[in-house]
Amino acid sequence: MRFVPHFKGYDFFPHGTHINFMRFRDVCFWGSIAAIVVSIGLFLTMGLNYGVDFKGGSMLEVQTKSGEAADIQAIRGKLGGLGLGDVQIQAFGTSNDVLIRIESQPGGEEAQQAAMRTVVDALGDGFVQRRVEVVGPAVSAELRRTGILAVAAAIMAIMAYVWFRFEWQFAVGTLLSLFHDVLVVVGVFAFFQLEFDLGIVAALLTILGYSVNDTVVVSDRIRENLRKYKRMDLGELLNLSINETLSRTILTGVTTIVVLIALFIFGGSVMRYFTFAMLLGVLVGTYSSIFIAAPILEYLGVKRETVTGEKAAASARS
Amino acid sequence: MLHFSRVKMIAILLACLVSMMFALPNLFTKEQLASWPRFLPSKQMPLGLDLQGGAHLLLAMDTEELRREWLQTLRDDARRTLRDAKIFPTGVGIVGNQVQVRLAKPEEADAAIRELRKLIQPLGSAMLGTSGEDLTITRGGDGTILMAPSAQGLQQRVIHAAGAAIETVNRRINALGTAESTVVRQGADRILVQYPGLSDTKVLKDLLGQTAKLSFHEVHPTMTAEEARQGRVPSGYRIFAASERGDEQGVSYLLRETPVVPGENLVDAQPGFDQRTNEPIISFRFDQAGARRFGRFTQEHVGRPFAIVLDDKVLSAPVIREPILGGSGQISGSFTVETANTLAVQLRSGALPVKLTIAEERTVGPSLGADSIEAGKLASIVGGVISMIMVIIAYGTFGVFAVIGLIMNGTMVVALMSAAGTTLTLPGIAGLVLTVGMAVDSNVIIYERIREELRAGKSAVSAIDAGFSRAITTILDSQLTTLAAAIIMFWLGSGPIRGFAVTLTIGIFTSIFTAVTVTRLLIALWLRGERAKAGRIAVPI
Repeated sequence: MRFVPHFKGYDFFPHGTHINFMRFRDVCFWGSIAAIVVSIGLFLTMGLNYGVDFKGGSMLEVQTKSGEAADIQAIRGKLGGLGLGDVQIQAFGTSNDVLIRIESQPGGEEAQQAAMRTVVDALGDGFVQRRVEVVGPAVSAELRRTGILAVAAAIMAIMAYVWFRFEWQFAVGTLLSLFHDVLVVVGVFAFFQLEFDLGIVAALLTILGYSVNDTVVVSDRIRENLRKYKRMDLGELLNLSINETLSRTILTGVTTIVVLIALFIFGGSVMRYFTFAMLLGVLVGTYSSIFIAAPILEYLGVKRETVTGEKAAASARS
Repeated sequence: MLHFSRVKMIAILLACLVSMMFALPNLFTKEQLASWPRFLPSKQMPLGLDLQGGAHLLLAMDTEELRREWLQTLRDDARRTLRDAKIFPTGVGIVGNQVQVRLAKPEEADAAIRELRKLIQPLGSAMLGTSGEDLTITRGGDGTILMAPSAQGLQQRVIHAAGAAIETVNRRINALGTAESTVVRQGADRILVQYPGLSDTKVLKDLLGQTAKLSFHEVHPTMTAEEARQGRVPSGYRIFAASERGDEQGVSYLLRETPVVPGENLVDAQPGFDQRTNEPIISFRFDQAGARRFGRFTQEHVGRPFAIVLDDKVLSAPVIREPILGGSGQISGSFTVETANTLAVQLRSGALPVKLTIAEERTVGPSLGADSIEAGKLASIVGGVISMIMVIIAYGTFGVFAVIGLIMNGTMVVALMSAAGTTLTLPGIAGLVLTVGMAVDSNVIIYERIREELRAGKSAVSAIDAGFSRAITTILDSQLTTLAAAIIMFWLGSGPIRGFAVTLTIGIFTSIFTAVTVTRLLIALWLRGERAKAGRIAVPI
């Protein structure tokens, strides 16, 4: 290994920080509760702008053959009078790309296909079809159901794992922070009426994975410190644990965010909302493991005997 | 933690080498790979339809139609069975979801039930230990007998129909060309068709959108459809409407319900042109049995019309000018060249057992697919390079080790996906990039721990040792929870979500492997080199 250059890393982060995270405990706790309530409120009042996957209907992405900018007004004129109900036309990606959405037609699967044919015929020869998505009512209902089920099942599975590996108090904290992360992302999507489709559900599930990842790292340290400092005040101990893992939280968070920004900028327009949801989720997930999952422990209290008793042998070995 | 036996070292190196070999083909074009020696792996990651472009069609079978057809056959069978047994009911008809037999003499009920029970078919298999019957026959009020299909009976019919439909769909698609399309069953009553590299799905949809059940029927000798509609439709006859595409729209015909020759007797159908009018037509040929029956029928009915019926609509009703004994003929019906071609393919590949509707369609044009690949490549490279630079800046020499581990991680994911033939989708690329981002986490956890131990005053060796052993439980915990999310995504997700879940899952395993073996091995080797030098070891972290 003599050929490996020998150089030291640059330690970005101040170590031995003593930021008093617990001081923000109440503010953050109630702030987070408020965020959850507001998100639920937004979801209920404004609703989500469901994509074709969940709402049913059709989506067509076309590009001008000539390579010139598409005339959205002209397209609107062509498609407006077809009697297909709500037809949305918007610019997408580059200026010669247009995205057309046709609402779910009454009359089942056949009607969706017929509507798509009408639109394609009305558009004429000047366009290339880049992407077509037609989802009938039966499939969209199924996708809605499995989407909700997937998120719920993931939260349950993760919670069960945390419960199994840690004490129940940790599981409660994890559960609350997971709910928080999912709901806030959903709330933002409702507020800005961003398109919510199958990809966003995948993003939500990944956010759950990331957020719990973060929570577990902090929880692991809390557990370790509970064994190490048997007399320390719980609030102080939580603070210490968060401070000790702060450098890893920040470095990992920043790396993930940088990667996501690269995906957001260069990953093409098809993936944009997906990466946006992920970006949002990583931020919220990092916040929630520091300001929700850990402080909850102080509210709930952790029985030190259970933590120290059965697992003391393990810690002695390492 | 830092001791590696020679065997272990070789095993790790071997794993890395093998995965490099399996990942390598993805850097080359298919043409280049063709010239590779046979012993080298040459499989590439198959690209999903969203990357290579193509059509994804989820076809749903009309189970209601299956039920309706079953009830019709059941009604006809019941009629025939009773007639054969010299029992003459006043009426046999379909009432709701069952067939109702109204007896003339109520005292014949027992005998009738005994005869009708012969129509029951056993269900299930002796091997699976399941059993049941596809029908229940009960006595209704005032001299009626009710025959009700059971749920399992219908289910079995759906399963059989799905099998037959898949075969037909396959035959029809194969007629389109040599693309590597797949046709698989999904759920009980759906069929998933994936056809890569198709930008316009119209042809494909036309081809699959029609049952194409062709049959030849006798036209009622005296009564017209109009007369039948006003009076009573004679037993065994039915009114058929003319096809929308023919010239005679709005016309209907009174035809004998049982065809003279059913479509199953057709062995060939080819598009062509009529020699006189130059109109597109379809010429067909019957098998021997069909030819014989058709020959006899035309012999007996010269000068009278017969009807060619496609999917319950009359295509044309030509007058028989002379007996057709050769077993071949032609159909005209205001075809265009295109529709004649489509119908010929449909007739050749046989009728679908039931109408298929498109429950879901996702088509990506090849140009968008190519754009997505380019975008994905660029994003992966930019994201990967930036995160690697960050790791090197943060951890110096050890950062380099981590980066080697990260590259190995990416290589392994690609190798596993290529070897297992797992499809790479656009969300899959995101999963891949994200895996790199999250794999960094394992290294960060380890290295931060080492730093902490060093600050606590431990020696280089024990700090590194403690860093790895303490961090490993944290890494496992955090990765396993992500794994839980990924598995659920795979389990519940469809298409794109699955692609994402698969890469994420593979990435989780490889990232654990590379962080705890590859990077650790590099550090152990480095440490061995440092130990050989005199003096205190300074950890460059």
